[in-house]
Amino acid sequence: MAKSTTMNGDQPTRRDFLYIATGAMGAVGAAAAAWPLIHQMNPDASVQALASAEVDLSPVQEGQIITVKWRGKPVFIAHRTKKEIEEAKATPLRDLPDPQPDDARVKKGKEQWLVLVGVCTHLGCVPLGHQGDYKGFFCPCHGSHYDTSGRIRKGPAPLNLEVPPYEFASDTMVRIG
Amino acid sequence: MSGPSNFKPKSAFLQWTERRLPILGLMHSSFVAYPTPRNLNYWWTFGGILSFCLGVQIITGIVLAMHYTPTVVGAFDSVEHIMRDVNFGWLLRYVHANGASMFFIAVYIHIFRGFYYGSYKEPREILWILGVIIFLLMMATAFMGYVLPWGQMSFWGATVITNLFSAIPGIGPKVVEFLWGGYSVDQPTLQRFFSLHYLLPFMIAGVVVLHIWALHEVGQNNPAGIDVKSDKDVVAFTPYATAKDNFAMVCFMIFFAWFVFYIPNYLGHADNYIPANPLQTPTHIVPEWYFLPFYAILRAIPSKLGGVIAMFASIAVLAFLPWLDRAKTRSAKYRPLFKQFFWIFVICCIGLGWLGAKPAEGGYVIASRILTAYYFIHFFVILPLLSYYEKPSPVPASIAESVLGNQPLAPAKVKGSR
Ligand code: HEM
Ligand code: FES
Repeated sequence: MAKSTTMNGDQPTRRDFLYIATGAMGAVGAAAAAWPLIHQMNPDASVQALASAEVDLSPVQEGQIITVKWRGKPVFIAHRTKKEIEEAKATPLRDLPDPQPDDARVKKGKEQWLVLVGVCTHLGCVPLGHQGDYKGFFCPCHGSHYDTSGRIRKGPAPLNLEVPPYEFASDTMVRIG
Repeated sequence: MSGPSNFKPKSAFLQWTERRLPILGLMHSSFVAYPTPRNLNYWWTFGGILSFCLGVQIITGIVLAMHYTPTVVGAFDSVEHIMRDVNFGWLLRYVHANGASMFFIAVYIHIFRGFYYGSYKEPREILWILGVIIFLLMMATAFMGYVLPWGQMSFWGATVITNLFSAIPGIGPKVVEFLWGGYSVDQPTLQRFFSLHYLLPFMIAGVVVLHIWALHEVGQNNPAGIDVKSDKDVVAFTPYATAKDNFAMVCFMIFFAWFVFYIPNYLGHADNYIPANPLQTPTHIVPEWYFLPFYAILRAIPSKLGGVIAMFASIAVLAFLPWLDRAKTRSAKYRPLFKQFFWIFVICCIGLGWLGAKPAEGGYVIASRILTAYYFIHFFVILPLLSYYEKPSPVPASIAESVLGNQPLAPAKVKGSR
């Protein structure tokens, strides 16, 4: 470009500056126009405003797992047995691909309640309860095994099942989200 | 190759339009006078068959869209409504659904034809890369189309495939939410997939135009893999190629019709006749058959990011083929070693496809790993080494000689060519 716009060979001229400034302004304008077109695809206000879910735990028997829907996803609430809690606690951290002690995944004094987002951390299938090599959860899609704390033990999933934000509104009432 | 046409219509009116928009001349020089190598075999008819498939998908798709509802409550029912109530709706849907499979059968044959005869080599690199882009767009289109009926396989296929992007370090989860427009596959996802499923085939049509433009610039390859040297090596597109293409297309339509009318659900999954349930994954989720080899590669690698990288790499490697295989001889006909490795590679791909449909456990996983390794070894080790060490057998001096041997030649009929 410099060649054709200068009189004396390769010295830049004021016209070169104008070309570059115009081009740069055009690029900024194009990016500004593209942003609304791209950002419209992100989760919108109505999706973000999804309310939290309240669940009554009184009918959930020991050894039972229930599934509730939160933000379009399944959430597992497991009423763990003594044995399951013991197993989760006894597992040495060095056996875990994503090391996390059991008590970091439940609320203190409520160790029997395990609340998990029921979405496999591999590619998003819903694992099955009380199955797999560790009798926790098993994802049939590509064979990920989770233990009774929902921690990944074997298979392609890289992370433990996520614990959603939740709190106990009362002894038998839990609010997720 | 296609050069300026000396086409001159008889009617005064068409002469008038031709002087202003020479479209008939363009058609004539591209599809009538266009010189094609005289030794083309039936593997060269799949380009025409692919154009036919694209046309069928666009036409049946547009009419299906007149009856289809892209909402999570309405989609499944609207597809059943198409099947039961809409006049000939069953036919339109079965043609569209099986048409996607036929499209992939044709494209795989077309791609392997290119492998065998070295069609990706100089000077056809851009032509080849445009083909790889078409293949990628087809995969995206078919994937999004399969989500539309909103059955169990639609939903869980969409979930697993979009989650592939969550493997991107750092921004992965944000990228997936961007694709979904929410926190899971839901209404916004379905609706944008419908919009894009409508758009992409027209983008494919655009790239097909570039593909054919590049083809007509460099000329067709042929089974001997040697350049056209004289008029004796070619015949006019019409009637020679036109007749052969049409015959092959009719055979293909018979095959297609056999699926549509006798086994319309053979290539589908029964689970997709169960409405989508976001709280329960079917026990065996399997993609459509045309994705199985890539799915097997994904599952062969025991790490999430590694599997995703291997899967995308297995497709991306195709674009680099012209630079991995540097042998000067194009056709496998004159490359004794390459020919054997070609067939081993075909078996490897079929094996991966078979494994993709099996559960990911035990011996199947080991076999998938071996074949995945072999798939990449073929491209990155075998082809580069063959380029240097293989001694090709003698190549005929011309296409005409490859067809007729060394007999004295009667000039081939090249009516209409330059
Ligand atoms: C490259 C071309 C195309 C391919 C490979 C393709 C593929 C597919 C596939 C695999 C399905 C799922 C069929 C089923 O199992 O029910 C589908 C559905 C659908 N497609 Fe396409 N399609 C193409 C072009 C189009 C076009 C151009 C349109 C509209 C203008 C369209 C509209 C639809 C509609 C409305 C459905 C939902 C109804 C149904 O499931 O049958 N498609 N497509
Ligand atoms: S989605 Fe669970 S193992 Fe792949």
